[in-house]
Amino acid sequence: MQLTGAQALIKSLEMEGVEVVFGLPGGAILPVYDPLIDSSIRHVLVRHEQGAGHMAEGYALATGRPGVAMVTSGPGATNIVTPIGNAHMDSTPLVVITGQVATAAIGTDAFQECDITGITMGITKHNFLVKSAHEIPRAVAAAFHIATTGRPGPVLVDVPKDITQSMMEWWYPESIEELDLPGYHPTVDLDADRVNQAIELIKDAERPVLYVGGGTLKSHASAQLLAFAERTGMPVVTTLMARGAFPDSHPQHLGMPGMHGMYSAVIAIQKSDLLISLGARFDDRVTGKIPAFAPNAKVIHVDIDKAEFNKVRRADVAIRSNVAAVLEAWDAERAMPQNLEVWWKEIDAWREAYPLVYDEPNDDGLLRPQFVVESIAKAAAPGTIVASGVGQHQMWASQFWKFEEPGTWVNSGGAGTMGFGVPAAIGAKAGRPDRVVWCIDGDGCFQMTAQELVTARAEGIPIKVAILNNAYLGMVRQWQEMFYDERYSEVYLSPDLPDYVKWAEAMGCVGLRATNVAEMHAAIATANSINDVPVVIDFRTDSSEKVFPMVAAGASNDDIMVHPRQRESQ
Amino acid sequence: MNTPEPFLGVTSHTPVRHHILSVMVENKAGVLARVAGLFARRGFNIYSLAVAPAETKARFSRITIVVDAESAPLEQIVEQLDKLVNVVAISDIAPKDALERELLLATIKTNVDNRTSLLDVVGSSGAAIVDVDAKSVTLMLAGTPAACDELERELENYTTLELHRTGRVALPRLGKAALIAIPD
Ligand SMILES: Cc1ncc(C[n+]2csc(CCOP(=O)(O)OP(=O)(O)O)c2C)c(N)n1
Ligand SMILES: [Mg+2]
Repeated sequence: MQLTGAQALIKSLEMEGVEVVFGLPGGAILPVYDPLIDSSIRHVLVRHEQGAGHMAEGYALATGRPGVAMVTSGPGATNIVTPIGNAHMDSTPLVVITGQVATAAIGTDAFQECDITGITMGITKHNFLVKSAHEIPRAVAAAFHIATTGRPGPVLVDVPKDITQSMMEWWYPESIEELDLPGYHPTVDLDADRVNQAIELIKDAERPVLYVGGGTLKSHASAQLLAFAERTGMPVVTTLMARGAFPDSHPQHLGMPGMHGMYSAVIAIQKSDLLISLGARFDDRVTGKIPAFAPNAKVIHVDIDKAEFNKVRRADVAIRSNVAAVLEAWDAERAMPQNLEVWWKEIDAWREAYPLVYDEPNDDGLLRPQFVVESIAKAAAPGTIVASGVGQHQMWASQFWKFEEPGTWVNSGGAGTMGFGVPAAIGAKAGRPDRVVWCIDGDGCFQMTAQELVTARAEGIPIKVAILNNAYLGMVRQWQEMFYDERYSEVYLSPDLPDYVKWAEAMGCVGLRATNVAEMHAAIATANSINDVPVVIDFRTDSSEKVFPMVAAGASNDDIMVHPRQRESQ
Repeated sequence: MNTPEPFLGVTSHTPVRHHILSVMVENKAGVLARVAGLFARRGFNIYSLAVAPAETKARFSRITIVVDAESAPLEQIVEQLDKLVNVVAISDIAPKDALERELLLATIKTNVDNRTSLLDVVGSSGAAIVDVDAKSVTLMLAGTPAACDELERELENYTTLELHRTGRVALPRLGKAALIAIPD
């Protein structure tokens, strides 16, 4: 069967089971948009290519399947660099197809030429410049294989226009060998010796902590984690990337560790004698000052990526594996720590002394942002998916939402990309139309990518957006207040400019505003009753609210600052 | 005001603690950029680098990289390199177990007064003359990096018009294995 390269590209995506592509056409990718008309694949036409990338990420995080985006060369390609970098930091499986100028024009500064494989070399797991139409199936199949196996990540496939226009005899790789990747070995057999060495450490542990990272979600190990944690009775913490990997309602769950983590989660790690890292990477937002991090703990480090071992913290036992396989092996051997009663007594005392708190909601003044998050969560259907931007609102969403299952938290962790929330929520909803999707956003973040609500309305993707409008780049304001003597530099945004309600309406969404508690409850109820179009609520929140607990950047986790109300008793 | 001097770099021939990585890569466009880019973005220092098609297997090239093991733990350098999809195999050869060789080519200005002494230097260092004209001599030395260093020092007494070194290649000594080998 003779096909054009463009037809082969679309057919290859179909072979990979792609159901939706987020993208925006242009000159160099034009040939590919023609066969798309006849394909079963849904295309979501974005308003900015950054939106396409974040939508693909949101889709991947909510479904566990790779997200796919397709854009044109030059500015189309550079516009999607931020999502690629974001996916790289968060190990999100993504396949990005970019058009490229014709092969003969490469290197001549042709119209809309840019070296996108060069630009993304350091922020992709791998990338390809396709050199012939015959190679398209192999490149696409390899891209999906690399993006989804081992430690997942973004893969970019750059396809010159003459190649999508030329003819090829259709074929598709039938085995991994045919992908021709002699240097790619994403998995190894579980090393039984190391599994047993780890068990020896577990046996001796009196103060163990299960430090659960995003790799636990990536390896679909939630069930194994629950079984292992319940059998051994160990306390669990879930990082920002792992929220949902272990139920927040579970009594053994201490919550999120790190800079804005729960007091008991942070301190339990500090005092632990054995830290079992499951797909976590000792990020500086978790460790604080590294030499002071969990100083008396032995470390068992489980990761599929062996380059994570000894990068930040020396491991006593490092096991290269997906998380699920190790937990199963430990369970099979009935690995058990010492009696943890004393440990739990200490932990419970910390939990009791320093729960998450915020000041009482006041009826006449501005809303407490934490109360808004709690109220949305309380009124939300079970299984609701939450996306967020980056800033204070993100931390409050992670702290005050109760996550019960994998795939319900869609967030930008490693890169901290403002503007991630709205498009990521759209992508999540496109992948899980059966679920309610809320985006908890900041006013600053919303302004970066709000135009994608036009996409959401046009494509019939009814997400709900809660803007915690504190009129500030609040997280930066918090640092200026605490560490720069309240000298506020370029952080004020205004609560009224833009008018978020009018803006939402102009984009075909329902726009609501809530300035007090009564309006807040009413707006949430209204939003929950609307299921056909996107809804945006402008919640007017108190700009003086700060995120606590907090470990200052570079400080030891021992110097965690709790909420001012809790300080006298500390 | 004191204007700080621009940093011109330091010339040294071998870092304090160096290791030799012999990296087998797929012979594809851009692979060298991937390797070099990785070193740059992770802050690993490359001391020298030599690339050539690998033995027998035409689809692979061998990159011999002398790394400064002070700039980052060797384990991190190797593991990050191994994550590059086009990197097929890596072996790390400790300097004491390595046979290291390098090629030096130099063109030296000559006159009647110094020709004889230069020929002595050539003779004693094991170098060879490969080109001659009325005013200059081009010589070459294939030898250990230390021998090349030594020759370079001796040539400081002459006017050197050009001097090029290839960067070293290495094999483990017979009976010695590479320390870390990530096999193909
Ligand atoms: C693209 C980008 N630019 C800048 C920053 C730095 N930054 C981190 S949080 C923040 C403020 C976010 O403001 P907003 O969305 O209103 O959230 P808030 O903190 O007020 O809840 C900024 C500017 C960033 N993370 N991402
Ligand atoms: Mg704000």
